[in-house]
Amino acid sequence: MVSKRSEGARSDEAAGDPPVPVAVKILVAGGFGVGKTTLVGSVSEIRPLQTEELLTDRGVGVDDTEGVEQKTTTTVAMDFGRITIRDGLILYLFGTPGQDRFWFMWDELSYGALGAVVLADTRRLADCFPAVDYFENRDLPFVIAVNCFDDGYDYTPDEIREALDLVPETPVVLCDVRDRTSGKDVLTALVKHLLAVHEAGTGHITPAL
Amino acid sequence: MTGPGSEWLDDEAGPIVRSYALTRGRARPATGDAFDMITIISTAARPRGGAPGIGPEHFDILEMCVQPQPVAEIAARLRLPLVVVRVLLGDLLHHRLITATRPRPESTLSKERLLREVLHGLQAL
Repeated sequence: MVSKRSEGARSDEAAGDPPVPVAVKILVAGGFGVGKTTLVGSVSEIRPLQTEELLTDRGVGVDDTEGVEQKTTTTVAMDFGRITIRDGLILYLFGTPGQDRFWFMWDELSYGALGAVVLADTRRLADCFPAVDYFENRDLPFVIAVNCFDDGYDYTPDEIREALDLVPETPVVLCDVRDRTSGKDVLTALVKHLLAVHEAGTGHITPAL
Repeated sequence: MTGPGSEWLDDEAGPIVRSYALTRGRARPATGDAFDMITIISTAARPRGGAPGIGPEHFDILEMCVQPQPVAEIAARLRLPLVVVRVLLGDLLHHRLITATRPRPESTLSKERLLREVLHGLQAL
């Protein structure tokens, strides 16, 4: 038994290092308190993890502080979740920091992202304007996901598209971020949109999905 | 509570002092690498003895990345700010103790295949 086990260990080593998975990311943006972390949590296979970035010199002139101590203690937290698509392919969902003064974080987050979900709340639709502008300016494809709060106003996706001045191709979906299936449908709508954008860009005809 | 040294025990200052103490004051990785959030880090070697400039947190990363991990998960699990983790990763890369696999710029064809795989994976959830 013992010798067998040691043989097994050797052959494991001979098999080489564990394969490096491919990681892709999708951003979840929107105004403060619109449900970004809830959406990430409802579809993630793990409880959302949090990373923290310290704001150092980048915060100077933005943070109204005088002491160096206070500048260096400014942090911005980002929640993220994970979905294993298959062995070796992992999708990460990053919630973007809500406040405008963290734009510099968005550049880093959006680099290499497949696309984005912009969460909107019809009671405060203007809160998602900055995210819409940001992704439009950087040609990062996105979908609008309207989180249907119980006391929210009832709008049709077309009314929301008009209010946000979106191009007709940008999908607008209604969702309940607390619901896993609903959250999954938002991501599915985004990836279908990404495929359509990709195929339009390469001149292929979009097949029915 | 107010004894000598208590000025270092302030709740707000504490973690910050520690963060930059870990990097010996550095805020940028030695190798100048960017280390994207989803750059995958894999342990390449684990030094047997002590190595100059390699501390316990470096070893924590090496242990964790025997199973390759993205930068964001390393930071989250070690509960260290990204800026600090990037400096530590820069040290490890400099000593060739890790390999870093950056998100690949996909060719047109493989991007389509990738998106279809993601779509099918999501639909199968």
